Amino acid sequence: MSEKKFIEEEYDVVIVGAGHAGCEAALASARLGLSTIMFTVSVDSIALMPCNPNIGGSSKGHLVREIDALGGEMGKNIDKSFIQSKMLNKSKGPAVHSLRAQADKQDYTRFMRMTLENTDNLTIRQGEVTEILVEDNVVTGVKTYSNATYKAKAVVLCTGTYLKARCIYGDISSYTGPNGLQAANYLTESLKNIGIEVRRFKTGTPARVDKRSIDFSKMEEQFGDERVVPFSFSTDPDSIQKEQVSCWLTYTNEETHNIIKSNIDRSPLFSGMIEGTGPRYCPSIEDKVMKFADKDRHQVFVEPEGLYTNEMYLGGMSSSLPEDVQHAMYRTVPGLENVKIVRNAYAIEYDCIDARQLHATLEFKNIKGLFSGGQFNGSSGYEEAAAQGLIAGINAALEVLGKEQIVIDRSEGYIGVLIDDLVTKESFEPYRMMTSRAEYRLILRQDNADLRLSHIGHKIGLVSDEAFEKVENKRRLIDSEIERLTNIPVGANSKMQKFLEEHGSEPLKTGSNLAELIRRPELSYEVLAEIDIDRPNIPADVIEQVNINIKYDGYIKRQLHQVEQFKKLEAKKLSPDFDYNLVSGLRKEATQKLNQYKPLSIGQASRISGVSPADISVLLVYMKQNKQ
Amino acid sequence: MRFETETIAAVATAMSNSGIGIIRISGEEAINIADKIFKSVKKNKKLREVKSHTIHFGHIVDDDNVIDEVLVSVMRGPNTYTCEDVVEINCHGGIIVLKKVLSLILKNGARPADAGEFTKRAFLNGRIDLSQAEAVIDVINAKNEYALSNSVSQLKGGISTKIKEIRDSILNEIAFIEAALDDPEHMSLDGYDDKLKSITKNIIDELYRLIKASDNGRVISEGIKTVILGKPNAGKSSFLNAVVGSDRAIVTDIEGTTRDTLEEHINIDGISLNIIDTAGIRDTRDVVESIGVKKAKDLANEADLIIYIIDSSKELDDNDRDIMEIIKGRKAIILFNKSDLETKVSREDIAVDDSIPVINISAKNQTGINEFEESIKDMFFNGELEFNDEVYITNARQKNDISNAYNSMKLVLNSIEDGMPEDFYTIDLMNAYELLGRVVGEAIEDDLVDKIFSKFCMGK
Repeated sequence: MSEKKFIEEEYDVVIVGAGHAGCEAALASARLGLSTIMFTVSVDSIALMPCNPNIGGSSKGHLVREIDALGGEMGKNIDKSFIQSKMLNKSKGPAVHSLRAQADKQDYTRFMRMTLENTDNLTIRQGEVTEILVEDNVVTGVKTYSNATYKAKAVVLCTGTYLKARCIYGDISSYTGPNGLQAANYLTESLKNIGIEVRRFKTGTPARVDKRSIDFSKMEEQFGDERVVPFSFSTDPDSIQKEQVSCWLTYTNEETHNIIKSNIDRSPLFSGMIEGTGPRYCPSIEDKVMKFADKDRHQVFVEPEGLYTNEMYLGGMSSSLPEDVQHAMYRTVPGLENVKIVRNAYAIEYDCIDARQLHATLEFKNIKGLFSGGQFNGSSGYEEAAAQGLIAGINAALEVLGKEQIVIDRSEGYIGVLIDDLVTKESFEPYRMMTSRAEYRLILRQDNADLRLSHIGHKIGLVSDEAFEKVENKRRLIDSEIERLTNIPVGANSKMQKFLEEHGSEPLKTGSNLAELIRRPELSYEVLAEIDIDRPNIPADVIEQVNINIKYDGYIKRQLHQVEQFKKLEAKKLSPDFDYNLVSGLRKEATQKLNQYKPLSIGQASRISGVSPADISVLLVYMKQNKQ
Repeated sequence: MRFETETIAAVATAMSNSGIGIIRISGEEAINIADKIFKSVKKNKKLREVKSHTIHFGHIVDDDNVIDEVLVSVMRGPNTYTCEDVVEINCHGGIIVLKKVLSLILKNGARPADAGEFTKRAFLNGRIDLSQAEAVIDVINAKNEYALSNSVSQLKGGISTKIKEIRDSILNEIAFIEAALDDPEHMSLDGYDDKLKSITKNIIDELYRLIKASDNGRVISEGIKTVILGKPNAGKSSFLNAVVGSDRAIVTDIEGTTRDTLEEHINIDGISLNIIDTAGIRDTRDVVESIGVKKAKDLANEADLIIYIIDSSKELDDNDRDIMEIIKGRKAIILFNKSDLETKVSREDIAVDDSIPVINISAKNQTGINEFEESIKDMFFNGELEFNDEVYITNARQKNDISNAYNSMKLVLNSIEDGMPEDFYTIDLMNAYELLGRVVGEAIEDDLVDKIFSKFCMGK
């Protein structure tokens, strides 16, 4: 075979997959000037939302904001395609406010595809990658089903739920990816051949039903917020105020639960047909009914899939029960008595990895130049996928450029928490972001993601000078306004006491300042307007920061102090090539774990289960000894 | 994970005989902390303003109460043992005072030093020669192993269970709040404040009782490990009652904990004895007979001091000879009990070292108890008896953790009363949870996420 029969091309970076991770990875790489090719089994499925029709939500909204601050696309794309938007947890503290928007799924896909298609350096290619080419533990390219070879200096795996995917309901199973799309059945073998360990996870989705068959009068209407807050810091809020569609709330009942219970033996989960591990936070309705038997009803959110379709998503009722049981159980729910199913609910199983095979840069520890992101890494959710895709894409590009790769640490963003958890901690189910996983969440707020991360995006080259300067200007305005308020004294005079009384606030005992007054729960920057006559005209987002920073100053300072301590341990770097057998005095278990996971810092090492504080001390002593 | 930059403190001299002891504080905050509790004899002298490597005379005060007269050395880094700022406080008032001063330092922001930590810091900061690295590692490991294996076992029976119950209750509340924050459309926090407030108040009360109890040595086994040996009816329990029943004994009871009959704690002028009381098994049969000579030997081997009680109204028998065999070469005190009755045993009958004191007592009439106590003091001040420093270090840490957990729960209460949003509650709840976890030796890992998923039905 001397003559060249197959296509052979060369790129800097190959992206395998065009889901939410793949899109961010491809855009980041191409925008950083690298010739990039993105493979997908179907160009029509770019940025597909095969499950819920929304972006954001508790802690996921934070991720989208962070992606945006780093120069990613998800926030901009949902701002273009949302049909309803809500700030969740508004009555709670600012750290847990979370933005969530319903998307028009088709618009979401369409706008993302437009962006990709019009990005320089980026080639979109329909085709199934079947082999990863590796020489001497360095990635050299990929091969497709058609035997074409694409040489590359870096490859990013974003295969989502497509690897050996199998969709199941009842005793029906088909070897397809989500929505009946073609699965990727060959790549797993290649991954195993290059030494990657593969595991199997599962997840599921509820049925889609015809809007015309629903009786909405039996449901509670759920509106969007009156004033929509955009996801992207670059979106002008005024530009996205529009008419929104509603979602609807209804409930399961005893009858629903009886149908499920009497048919539970027909569930593939119980018959053992499904072997993958499913997530606890996203249980199927049969899981909920069996596990929480004391609950007499569960919520069902009926959500539109878009403006130009009658399909509605039945949030809360994912299932892998047989078709006839699905029909019967959905029809017990008020408003769904005559419902017509468009697409059945199903469970999906797929191959993925234990991400502890990756560095925090998302590069494989054993294969230079091979990166991965998204559901393939054992996570779940569009936002989690996009966040990892962005980091994997950035680092693949930085590696090709010969620059230092980036790691967002746990004190800098939810992205850092997400990736650190994935690459450090053992996990038995698809990983979902939660605000409780972020130990420094008071400072990792969705409202300050730009202030936290833009400088990193700017340094890499994904955030423009202009956008960065805007953020720095905002920071200056915040600082100077807080300073000004702290320096304006208020006396305990009768005018002041009257003002306080009018606002249900305790009278002053001694002199104070405006900042101190803002700290009072019943007062705020806005309320003080009438006694703060000379205040400068500052934008709403600056006012928001001023309020939060003053009101929660004590707590914020405490967390900043913890972060300072945390940073010191993160700053003590460990080499990924280090052999821990050389350190006498480490306990055996610690030596094994450290050799297996090769942490990049003392901080990361301390989070590996099986490594004790004493082991860390021993390690510190050893490092010190050998530095000199 | 403990951090290298926190300010640490510990008693630097052995906790033994002499009335003088040195407490060392090291770290960024060392001088500031010392300033908070030191009152110079010269008015207005502030330690933070004095020259480095100088010594100052004054008092350690808690608010306005003088605790001890001290000499304080102030040494600024890097020319110190640890290369950090170091303050050394020379106390004069004996062990109890030393402990008080240390708790005061901990209360003011230092944390108890880990085993070998001053040396570790000295090494890490380049103070100690590199050739000593192996030795440093050995110290860390040896001391840490000791601390790990002992920190939990030192908790008295019932205390560990109690703390675990409190932890579990805290975790339940965190899980509920977090679940609701994560899934606000499925779970509501309406009206929850009142419930949490009452739970928090209960926990605060319980922790308060634990702190009070731990001040009195009721929580943690601390002191000289002492075993009482003797035949049935020799009067072991009545002796113990005689000692424990006096006003020196600790009688605080913690609600909800079972009093552990295996250990008694007595305090003789600042010398703590932790008596392993075989009373718990006396109802069945005697130590020597029921659990055998081997068991008695084991107990005696672990002990710092053996108290051997002989019923002097009866002739010695084989059991006594077994016991005498056990105490050979050990620190011991022999008590001839029932001195109110006719004596059938004399010093000459006792085949043990001459150095072992023999005291006539009558547990029934409470005579000879003072002599016993004097004899303990003699042994202690002659350096024959010593505390295990490691036990002490672990204990200081546990007490410190419990009282910090208490403070965290107070902050939770403040947050509720100030009308803070619910997500602020979990910050301090989590702190308390972690601190109590350290006390009972339980790691946190992913408890919370597991709890959330096992208790609450979440998700789409």
